[in-house]
Amino acid sequence: MGLFILRRLGVMILTALCLTFIVFYLTNLYPNLEKLAKTQGNFRMSDEAVQSWLGARGYMEPLPVKYGEWLGVLPGYVNEADDGKITGRCIAVNMAPEDAPTFCGVIQGYWGNSTVFKDSVWNIVSKRLGLTGWLMLAVMMVMVPGALILGVLAGMREGSKLDRTLSTVSIASTATPEYVSGVIFIALFASSAVGLKWFKGTATSAMDDITWVNFTLPVITIALYGMGYIARMTRASMTEVMTAQYIRTARLKGVSFPNIVLKHALRNALIAPFTVIMLQIPWLLNGVVIVETLFNYKGFGWTLVQAASNNDIELLLGVSVVSVFVVLLTQLISDIGYVYLNPRIRIS
Amino acid sequence: MSKLGEYDGPVLEIDKLSISFFTRLREIPAVMDFSVAVQPGEAVGLVGESGCGKSTVALGVMQDLGVNGRVVGGTIKFKGRDLAEMSKEELRDIRGNEIAMIYQEPMASLNPAMKIGKQLMEVPMIHEGVSKEEAYARALEVVTDVKLPDPERMLNSFPHQLSGGQQQRIVIALALMSKPSLLILDEPTTALDVTVEAAVVELVRDLGKKYGTSMLFISHNLGLILETCDRLCVMYSGEAVERGSIEDVFDEMRHPYTQALFRSIPLPGADKNARPLVAIPGNFPLPHERPPGCNFGPRCDYYMEGRCDEGYIPMEPIEGNDRHVSRCLRFTEIDWDAPIELGEQTEKAKPGKVVLKMDHLKKYYEVAANALFGGGDKKVVKANETLSFEARESETLAIVGESGCGKSTFAKVLMGLETATDGKIYLGDEEIQDVPIENRSTQTISSVQMVFQNPFDTLNPSMTVGRQIIRALEIFGVGANDTERKQRMLKLLDLVKLPRAFADRMPRQLSGGQKQRVGIARAFAGDARIVVADEPVSALDVSVQAAVTDLLMEIQRENKTTLLFISHDLSIVRYLSDRVMVMYLGHVVELGTTDQVFAPPYHPYTEALLSAVPIADTSIEKKHIVLEGDIPSAMNPPSGCPFQTRCRWKDKVAGGLCDTQLPPVRTLGGKHQIKCHLSDEELAGMEPVIKVAAE
Repeated sequence: MGLFILRRLGVMILTALCLTFIVFYLTNLYPNLEKLAKTQGNFRMSDEAVQSWLGARGYMEPLPVKYGEWLGVLPGYVNEADDGKITGRCIAVNMAPEDAPTFCGVIQGYWGNSTVFKDSVWNIVSKRLGLTGWLMLAVMMVMVPGALILGVLAGMREGSKLDRTLSTVSIASTATPEYVSGVIFIALFASSAVGLKWFKGTATSAMDDITWVNFTLPVITIALYGMGYIARMTRASMTEVMTAQYIRTARLKGVSFPNIVLKHALRNALIAPFTVIMLQIPWLLNGVVIVETLFNYKGFGWTLVQAASNNDIELLLGVSVVSVFVVLLTQLISDIGYVYLNPRIRIS
Repeated sequence: MSKLGEYDGPVLEIDKLSISFFTRLREIPAVMDFSVAVQPGEAVGLVGESGCGKSTVALGVMQDLGVNGRVVGGTIKFKGRDLAEMSKEELRDIRGNEIAMIYQEPMASLNPAMKIGKQLMEVPMIHEGVSKEEAYARALEVVTDVKLPDPERMLNSFPHQLSGGQQQRIVIALALMSKPSLLILDEPTTALDVTVEAAVVELVRDLGKKYGTSMLFISHNLGLILETCDRLCVMYSGEAVERGSIEDVFDEMRHPYTQALFRSIPLPGADKNARPLVAIPGNFPLPHERPPGCNFGPRCDYYMEGRCDEGYIPMEPIEGNDRHVSRCLRFTEIDWDAPIELGEQTEKAKPGKVVLKMDHLKKYYEVAANALFGGGDKKVVKANETLSFEARESETLAIVGESGCGKSTFAKVLMGLETATDGKIYLGDEEIQDVPIENRSTQTISSVQMVFQNPFDTLNPSMTVGRQIIRALEIFGVGANDTERKQRMLKLLDLVKLPRAFADRMPRQLSGGQKQRVGIARAFAGDARIVVADEPVSALDVSVQAAVTDLLMEIQRENKTTLLFISHDLSIVRYLSDRVMVMYLGHVVELGTTDQVFAPPYHPYTEALLSAVPIADTSIEKKHIVLEGDIPSAMNPPSGCPFQTRCRWKDKVAGGLCDTQLPPVRTLGGKHQIKCHLSDEELAGMEPVIKVAAE
C-alpha cells in the first residue's frame, strides 16, 4: 500500500510538471508578454521599449531557462540596469543584491508576484483556495448525502412510484443550470419581489464570517445542480444490485427489506457512484465560477477568471498547479477508497 | 421465532399449482396443473429441460415470483399451511429458517462485499435472535460440517477468495445454518467440475441424512437425480408428465417423453456406429405456442390425431406401482418393452493418414504476481506440459479434463491465438506452432476451425445467419463471387439440417440447438480438415444434445474430418470418440483408444473421473471414489506427480516417488499411454469402476 501511494505520488509530480510546462509555454507566448509589458508599463511603448522592458524582467530568456527559474532549479536572472541598479528574480524590492538567494522558485516556496493584485501568488492562492474550500465543503456535505439517499431510495424498488418521483426530481435538478436556479433562488428567498427575505442574495460577507443567512443560497444552488447527476448514477447502480442473485439469496434467507438495502445492497451499490463523487471535487473547484460571480463570493474560480483576463502569468501558473494537484489527489483518494469498498480489488 | 409445530403429513404439498407471468402483451403460463408432495426426510427430484418451469416451481414455493409472476391456481402447502395465505412477516420467518435454497451459481449467490462469516451468522441472528458469539460458533460448526478446510479462515474471507467448489459448500452451509425442514436445490452442481460435483452431491446426501432434511432437487441431469433422490417428477413444458419412485420411473417409465429423454442420453452401451442415440424430433414449444391437448404431442412417436390433441389430459395412476402417475392417454396401450427402433447404423470409419501431430508441445504463461499495478515477481503458469499425440483423418480424439487442466490453452495454441513456448505442431507437413493466426495462410486458417461452447455468445447478434456464414466464406476465399458464395451458404445450411429460410433470420430468433448448428456450418465452411469442438453441446438441453452430436458425427464421416472433441462429460466422450486423451494440470495423464481408457488399468485420475460421472441407469453399479480437495493451481503445481495431492493410490508406490518425481510416460501395450508410478501388478489389479449389475 505504501509503495502504491509513493508510486502514485511520483506520477502526480510528473503530471504536474508536464501540465505546468504547457501552461507556462502558453502564457509566455510573445503576444501575451507584449500585452503584459504594455499593461504594466505604458500602452504607447515602442517595440524596442517593450523588448527592453521584457528583457529587464527576465522574460526574454529561452523558455526552458525561464521554466527552470520558475521551478527553482536554475538560478534566478540578474539584470544590471544602465544606472547600476541590480534587479533580479530573487531580489525583493528593498533587498541588497548580495543578500538575495540564488534560487527562488516553486521548490523554494516562492511562487512569484501577481501583477493584478500586487501581492505574492502564494498569499492570494492560499486565501482564495481557503474561501472556495469552505464553499466546496458545505456543498459536498449537502450534495453527497442528499444524492445518495435520493439514488438509493429511487433504486431500491425500480419502477415504483417513489422511483419515478425521485427520478423526475433528480433529472429536473440536473437540467437546471446554476445561473438559472441561482437567479430563481435569489428572487424567491432574498428579494422583495416575493417577500420571503430569509437569506441574503450576496455572499460577500461570508468571506469573513459564514452564517446561514449569507451562505445557504450559494451552497444550495451548486448542490442541487450536482446532486441530480450523482443521484442518477446511484440509482442505476442500485437497481442493478437489487436484481443481483445475492440479493435474492438474502431475501430468501429471510432478511427484511430495510436490512437487505442497508446491509447487502448499499456497499455494492456505492462502488460506481464513489468515482463520480470524487470527480465532482475538481469540477467544484473551477465550476463554482458562475455561482461565485453570481453571489459575489471572491474565491478560487473568481481568481482564475481575474488572472486569465488580465494575463497575470505567475498567478495563472499558481492556480493551475493547485488545480492539477487537487485533481490528482482526489483521484488517488478515489482509488484507495475503491479498494476499501470493493474487496475484489486488492492492492499488492 | 420458533419453527412451525410438528406436522405429520408431507412437508411440502403442491396441489394443482399454476403460475403465470404477466407481460404487457399477454399472460404466459409457466407452470400448469402441477402437483407434487415431499414427505419428511424424502428427496424428490424435479427433472426437465430449460424452460419447462422447474425453477419457477421452486420460486413459487419460496413465494418469490417477482413483480410479474403470480400463482393463478392451486395451493402450495408447507407443513399443512397454505403459503399464499401467510403474511409477509410469516413468510420471512419461514424463508431461510424452514425452507432454504441452494442456487445454481454459487459466486453470484454470495454477496461479494460481505465476509462469509457475516453472511452465515446472519441466518441464526435473524431467525433465532441469537448473540453474535453463538452465531459465530454455529457458523464454525456448519462450515466444518460441509468439510471445508480451515473453517476460521473461511469465515474471515470474501467469496472471491474461494474456489467454485468451496463457494458452493458455503452456499450449502448457508442453507443448513438453521437446520431447515425443506431444502430446495436448484441445479446446485451445474457450474462445477465433475469431481467437485461428485463431492458436493455426496455432501448434500450425507447432510440430508444427518439433519433429516427433505429435499426438492431440481436438475436436468437424470444421473444426478438417480444418485440423490428417492422419488422424481418429470416436467415438460410447464406440466408434470410423470411422477413416481426412482425405480419405477427409471425402469418402467410410462410416459413417451421420459422414454425419449432416456434414449437421447448416452448411457454405457450406446455406440455412435452400432447403437446411435435417438434424438427427440422437433423443438421445445414456447410457452405461448403450446399445442392443444398433450404438450409433447407434436414430438411424440405415439401421437394419435383426434385423441392426443383434444383437451385436457389428466394424470392417471399406474396400477401396481407406488404413487406412480403419468400424463398420457395411451400409456396402457403402448408396448413399453418394445426394443428401440435402431437408428441408422453406420460403418466405423477407418482412420486415414496423420493430419495433426503434436510433439512435446509446451505453453507457459508469465503473469506478474502483482497483476493490478505491475512490477513484482513474475510467476510462470505451466498451462501445457509436453503434449505429444497424433490425430488421423476421420478420427475423433476426445480431450478430457476438468477446468484448469489446459485443454482450452491447447486449443488456443492449435488455432494460432497463442504461440507455443516449446515443441512442435505439424499440420500435415507444415510446422504451425510459432505462426500466430494473423500470419497464417487462408488455407491453414480454413483447415483448422473451431466449434465453440456457448452458441449464445458466438454469433454476432446484429447480422443475419446467412450473412455470417457468407462472411466466413469470404475470409476463407471460397467461391468466386457473391452468387457462388450464396449457393455455398445455402448448401451449408442443408448440411447442418436447417431450413434455407433461416439464412435471413437473426441469431436471436434461433434456439440454442439451431445456433449451434450455425456455429457448425461456419466451422465447416472452408472444408476444415481439423475441427476443434470445445464442449459443443454442454450448453444445450439433453434432447437437443443428441441431435447436434449426431450431426457433428455425420458431417465428420462425410468430410473425413479430424474432430478434436474437448469435453468434461465422459458419457458423451465414450459414445462418440475413437481415442481419448485425459489431461490434468497441463499433463497428459492417459492416452489410448476409448476401450483402453474406459477399462482397467486406469490412471488414478481417470478412475476418479469415471466414478464421478453420474449415470442414469439403475442397473449400473459404480465404485464410489470421491476426490478430496480442489484442483491445485497451475501457478503453483505440486512437486512430483501433478495428481499426487488427491490420489488415493499414492501409498501404493514405494519410496514416496510420487512426491518427488514426475512419472514417466509408460506404454501399456496397444499404444495405451499412462503417466503413473504404480507398478504393473497394481495396475493390473484395478477393478472396473462401472459394472453392469447381473440381472
